[in-house]
Amino acid sequence: MTTHYLVLSALLFAIGGVGVLVRRNAIVVFMCVELMLNACNLAFVTFARQNGNLDGQLIAFFVMIVAAAEVVIGLAIIVTIFRTRRSASVDDVSLLKY
Amino acid sequence: MEPAEIIQHSGGAIGAAWLMIALPLVGAAVLLLGGRRTDKFGHLLGVLMAVASFVVAALSFVQLLGLAPGERRRGIELYDFIPGLAKVGLLVDPLSISFCLLITFVGSLIHIYSIGYMAHDPNRRRFFAYLNLFVAAMLLLVLADNYVALFVGWEGVGLASYLLIGFWQHKPTAATAAKKAFIVNRVGDFGLLIGIFTIFATFHTLAFDGVLANADKASSGTLTAIGLLLLVGACGKSAQLPLQSWLLDAMEGPTPVSALIHAATMVTAGVYLIVRSGPIFLGTETAQLVVTIVGVATLLAGAIIGTAKDDIKKALAGSTMSQIGYMVLAAGIGPAGYAFAIAHLITHGFFKADMFLGAGSVMHAMNDEVDMRKYGALRKVMPVTFVTFLIGYLAIIGFPLLSGYFTKDGIIETAMEHNAVLGWLAVLGAGITGFYMSRLVFMTFFGTKRWEPTAHPHESPAVMTVPLIILSIGAIGLGAFLILGNRFMTFLAPAVGAPEEMPSFHPFSLTGLVTLALVAVGAALAWMKYGRAEVPVVAPRGSFLTTFARRDLYGDALNEALFMRPGQWLTRLAVFFDNRGVDGLVNGLAAGIGGTSGRLRRVQTGFVRSYALSIFLGAALLAGAWLVVGNL
Amino acid sequence: MGESITFWVLAVVSVIAALGLVFSRRAVYSALMLGVVMLSLAVLYAVQDAPFLAAVQIIVYTGAVMMLFLFVLMLVGVDSSDSLVETIRGQRFWAIVGGLGFAVLLAAGIGNAVVGAPRGLTAATQAGNVPSLAELIFTRHVFAFEVTSALLITAALGAMVLAHRERSEPKPTQKDLSRQRFVAFGRTGKNPAPLPGPGTYARHNAIDMPALLPDGSVSPLSVNRYIARYEESQGILPPEVARVLEQEEAAQRANGHSTPTVADEARDGGPDTEPMAEEGPVEEGVVAGRVVSARADARSEEDGK
Repeated sequence: MTTHYLVLSALLFAIGGVGVLVRRNAIVVFMCVELMLNACNLAFVTFARQNGNLDGQLIAFFVMIVAAAEVVIGLAIIVTIFRTRRSASVDDVSLLKY
Repeated sequence: MEPAEIIQHSGGAIGAAWLMIALPLVGAAVLLLGGRRTDKFGHLLGVLMAVASFVVAALSFVQLLGLAPGERRRGIELYDFIPGLAKVGLLVDPLSISFCLLITFVGSLIHIYSIGYMAHDPNRRRFFAYLNLFVAAMLLLVLADNYVALFVGWEGVGLASYLLIGFWQHKPTAATAAKKAFIVNRVGDFGLLIGIFTIFATFHTLAFDGVLANADKASSGTLTAIGLLLLVGACGKSAQLPLQSWLLDAMEGPTPVSALIHAATMVTAGVYLIVRSGPIFLGTETAQLVVTIVGVATLLAGAIIGTAKDDIKKALAGSTMSQIGYMVLAAGIGPAGYAFAIAHLITHGFFKADMFLGAGSVMHAMNDEVDMRKYGALRKVMPVTFVTFLIGYLAIIGFPLLSGYFTKDGIIETAMEHNAVLGWLAVLGAGITGFYMSRLVFMTFFGTKRWEPTAHPHESPAVMTVPLIILSIGAIGLGAFLILGNRFMTFLAPAVGAPEEMPSFHPFSLTGLVTLALVAVGAALAWMKYGRAEVPVVAPRGSFLTTFARRDLYGDALNEALFMRPGQWLTRLAVFFDNRGVDGLVNGLAAGIGGTSGRLRRVQTGFVRSYALSIFLGAALLAGAWLVVGNL
Repeated sequence: MGESITFWVLAVVSVIAALGLVFSRRAVYSALMLGVVMLSLAVLYAVQDAPFLAAVQIIVYTGAVMMLFLFVLMLVGVDSSDSLVETIRGQRFWAIVGGLGFAVLLAAGIGNAVVGAPRGLTAATQAGNVPSLAELIFTRHVFAFEVTSALLITAALGAMVLAHRERSEPKPTQKDLSRQRFVAFGRTGKNPAPLPGPGTYARHNAIDMPALLPDGSVSPLSVNRYIARYEESQGILPPEVARVLEQEEAAQRANGHSTPTVADEARDGGPDTEPMAEEGPVEEGVVAGRVVSARADARSEEDGK
């Protein structure tokens, strides 16, 4: 049974990854990152159950904390960029190039 | 008779022989470093230093005469240059003192003459500085007791010669001539330098006594190599074939320079080198033969060039080449010829300096005109110059009882005994000498006036004529004094050795008579062509032979074709290789890297998503690799 | 059996929601899809003996984080980046290749990491799930826990610093604003009065109804051109509005002015020209994108001055 959870986790992770790559709206990209983190959490929780100790749940808990902090900062950055460039497209922030 | 041992000496005038070198050197230093502040008295200081040097030389000579003949080689140690290897010292012996006397005496007279000759030149002070520098270097050359110090002096005179030929460097011809002299001399100096290296490799010392006393211990092949290399050096400095081309152009320098450096002293350094290194040449017949051949070839070549030149100084320069050819011939013969070579060198120093200064006096009077076709009939206008020049002329063609008669005849007799072919060629050279010197005198002092309208010839001032008179006295009597009774040969014997049997002087030998007859024929021809007949102001085209002689026997053309043009091609090739090959490689590499980078940097699009894609794909690859490796 | 049903239902839902998150055009839909995924995952946590995490997932993610996302979405508004047209060549192809490869590899990798039946957490959580977790957090991992508190405080401060904007001049009062309006009127003839609200004199109180002037004619100022254009394309433009627009265009052509572009109107910034985000199909979105980029142009022009 746990294998199913893990495969689901892998699927969600890959979908999130594709989303990060194909979406241009920074906020959606960010959501996709959150999706990937959640997929990881699912894997951790599943491994906790599989191995019969709480470390997996613990690490999932820490991941949530860090993700929360990351969301706060990331969104603040997006807002700041939007304020100056009037755009939330990640492709518009491309001055640092050849 | 073998040369005597060298005895270490201190005290007296000989002990102070270094002053001979130091005094003119100080003079040069003061005049060069003092700059324009010394303009007022510069010429006087120069003369003073030259004369003082002569006084030391004369006192040393007197002291040397006071010693027994076997003790007349005195070494003076100055300092250790390289401890255990090279000591710097002076060698005062009959040979070097003869040179010292010639250099300082003729040099002093020319210094004095130059006061008048250079009176109107704004750079007279610099001129005297260079002259003093030359005297110092030349004295170092002849006084050195080893080859290194000799080489230093050798290069010093080369430098002074360069500076003085190019003294009027505003004239492009003078600057070019100076450069040419320097470069041609480099060739000779290179030979000398390698010769010195070979000497050191063979004998492990550079001192004359160490080298020359052990010369017979070296193999004949080594001695031949050393001898030929020294001969190359001598050829460069003494303008012998094939390195003769610079001397004619060197006449661009002021006339006193031509008299002092390019007639009386520096150009004879090659003769000195050969005589000084006598034991080396004695050990190798090949080198000796080459020396005599070079001498004869040059004496004929110089004489032929002298017949065609209309420039009075260049005609005299050809004559100088020719006369040095005689000396080299004599020096190549061995101890039998040494005394005659040096004696001819000394008398030549007097009469050639006399004639050069006379030519300078004429030029001075003719607004620096050098073309003899525009002279003529100057004997009445410039009586003193004429008479002194005439004495020099008679001396050089070997008019009986004058200097050249004794010394040149001695050389011819010795050469005749050594090798009849060489002897007859030398006789032929003497005949040509009679022709071209007569031509020179007739064109200059006889015939009709062919002056430029602006010329107002006049006799030169006393400061110029007095040296002429003194030199012409030497030209009259010095030969007889030196040669009669083998006085000079006996004097030189401790230094260079002497033949077992002293030659005796025959006033009416067959060779002497033939020589005199040939000279008379030459002079008569010259009289017919240039004395009695009208001399055209513009030189006629002449035959092929004339052109051949006028073009210096195509020496310059040969040098250009053989060395200059291939050299230029080589340089161009090197430049081409550098530009296309080396630079091409480096630039191509840089361009390649630059181009690749220019394309690679396009990968940096600035789009975060592109970077994220590469990270994502990389992570996928890593995961795959991990799986594969983990399952192995 | 119950777990299986739960899993299969939630797995299908969460995968579809995740795909919807990636491929829905509107960011708000994406956010909602993300919420669905998170809620599904919360249930799956609960099923897998992690009630505490399930609660935290709902509270922190679906509650706090999702709200934050929605707030920022509202702040940023509709954006050209919502378009699904790919601008980087090869990006989409390789992204999908990479995604498929990753999915396969991960599934093959960690799917095979499980050996044997799951042990279950009954032994590890004899004191209950939350107390056992608490024991771990406050004993073995207390340092990490304290560090996360520092992280959160730093994040809060960082967000404040980033979002804060220093005011460089005093806030304009109503008096200042009024004065500015009249200065603009004197300079360009721009109407200093507020724009007429839609339907002030209208028979209908709808946003698409133009205001009527006292004489009963339509006020051009009140015509919302987006709606007008939509209605024109649908063939339902009221004739009086069409007449007003024609008159206006004719007058402007006579004056040598070009037809006012959408961008010009957007710059005027009247209430009637506010783009309607929730309105219409694809073209609307593109139009809205042009509005935003035109705003950005105007902004950059100002910056240039």
